[in-house]
Amino acid sequence: MTFAAAATHGFLSPAGVEIAFLLVGVVTLGAAVITVTTRQLVHAALWLVVALGGLAVEYLLLTAEFIAWVQVLIYVGSVVVLLLFGLMLTKAPIGRSPDADSGNRWVALAVAAVAAASLVWVVVDAFRTTWIDLDGPAQGSTKVSGEILFRHWVLPFEALSVLLLAALIGAIVLSRRDGEEPGKVPASRTAPAARGGKDSSSGRADRSAREGNS
Amino acid sequence: MNDALDVAFRLIVVFAVFLVLPLVIGQTEHKVMAHMQGRLGPMYAGGFHGWAQLVADGVKFAQKEDVVPAEADRRVFQLAPAVALLPYLLVLVAIPIGPSEGAVGQVVDAGIFFVLAVMGVGVLGSLMAGWASANKFSLLGGLRTAAQLLAYELPMLLTAASVAMAAGTVSLPGILNAFEWWWLPWQIVGAIVFFVAGLAELQRPPFDMPVADSEIIFGAYTEYTGLRFALFLLAEYAGIVVLCGLTTVLFLGGWHGPFGADGLGWVWTLLKIAVLAFIVIWLRVTYPRMREDQLQKLAWTVLIPLALAQIALTGIVKVVI
Repeated sequence: MTFAAAATHGFLSPAGVEIAFLLVGVVTLGAAVITVTTRQLVHAALWLVVALGGLAVEYLLLTAEFIAWVQVLIYVGSVVVLLLFGLMLTKAPIGRSPDADSGNRWVALAVAAVAAASLVWVVVDAFRTTWIDLDGPAQGSTKVSGEILFRHWVLPFEALSVLLLAALIGAIVLSRRDGEEPGKVPASRTAPAARGGKDSSSGRADRSAREGNS
Repeated sequence: MNDALDVAFRLIVVFAVFLVLPLVIGQTEHKVMAHMQGRLGPMYAGGFHGWAQLVADGVKFAQKEDVVPAEADRRVFQLAPAVALLPYLLVLVAIPIGPSEGAVGQVVDAGIFFVLAVMGVGVLGSLMAGWASANKFSLLGGLRTAAQLLAYELPMLLTAASVAMAAGTVSLPGILNAFEWWWLPWQIVGAIVFFVAGLAELQRPPFDMPVADSEIIFGAYTEYTGLRFALFLLAEYAGIVVLCGLTTVLFLGGWHGPFGADGLGWVWTLLKIAVLAFIVIWLRVTYPRMREDQLQKLAWTVLIPLALAQIALTGIVKVVI
């Protein structure tokens, strides 16, 4: 951070928690890099679990206990399960997928670098001289988080709720299919499996599509 | 030094509970199922009513060869049992069995979130096993596990939120401190929804479509042998302990009982857990397996509306009193 902060909190004699924070950060970063570079699709999802879990540990080390558990609950417990479900339902071969690379990867890298730079800049600029006292009472407990959220940040919270509600309604609208016979599988549903080329996988997709209809 | 000893002692006690209670429930299941079906169950091992049957099973599992299929993804395949089992050990640390400081492994501030979050991680083990086995029955089992989890996680969270609203805290000991006897009728709908959703998350009958042995052999665990298979079984029984413990703590008042407030709290907790575990076994013997579409329908059209109604009721009562 800044030199003014460094005067009171030395960088050269880090506490145990700070060392742990750095080590977990390195592991998290490594897992994240493997997530986007590995060619084994399901392995990417599993490395994502490591990265997200590492983030939860970082929150814990910063005494933000509530955020840490919510991170595990939402991301590891739900988002990754949904991701794995989708991977297994469509195509998830064991071993490398040669076509798992995208031609957009340099553009994606540039966007990621710009996003990371702006985030780091905003965070450093906003919390320049703020230090969390890790030895004192927890500053991220459920009570504190709730009070701050519902006293100072109610409007953004409600705006986010409306956004999520819109997404929910959108999902319902997209998945509704009026005027179709229940037994008929539309062409769009079988297309990904047909690309897979194997009889077994397309049969699986057919069956699941039929289950979805009934 | 004293602190370190204290922590070590608590961890050893929790670990012992983690090893003993699932075995007790397993043996009870043998016997209860046998008597409900008009037979005796294991009677030979250990002499008295076959009490050592599970130990013998454990020895048998340990002797078996540990086979990994040639086409399988070795590392994920071997890691999956640990991912399935360890979360339940972690959850046990946070469940209080008595009113005193010493009756809980570790007080967690956001206890409800901790237990539900970590329990959700355990299911990743089944998914990893299902995918890494390179077997279509395993894959089908993994798919069904994931679909079931996605459907039943929501009612579980909603009913837990209802209890947290009633108590005004998300810490498990805090909820028990706030407990009054009339919470029982007040939260009864939530309790049933939570218990049923938990059963589905554990893939216990009648929600055992993911391991339906008559159609997909044993689902995600088809390719497993020996100790790794035993670990999955242990995870199932540890899951029963955790689910019954959580239902007891959240909805049945934990250590509160009609009498014996001091010193006997842990007896009440264990008694309630035992009764709930008996119900889990009872359901396995009496109910036929539900079909996949029935499973999804039950979750989305019955349990979630009931859970939402429970939250509304909790909110109204909370505002009125």
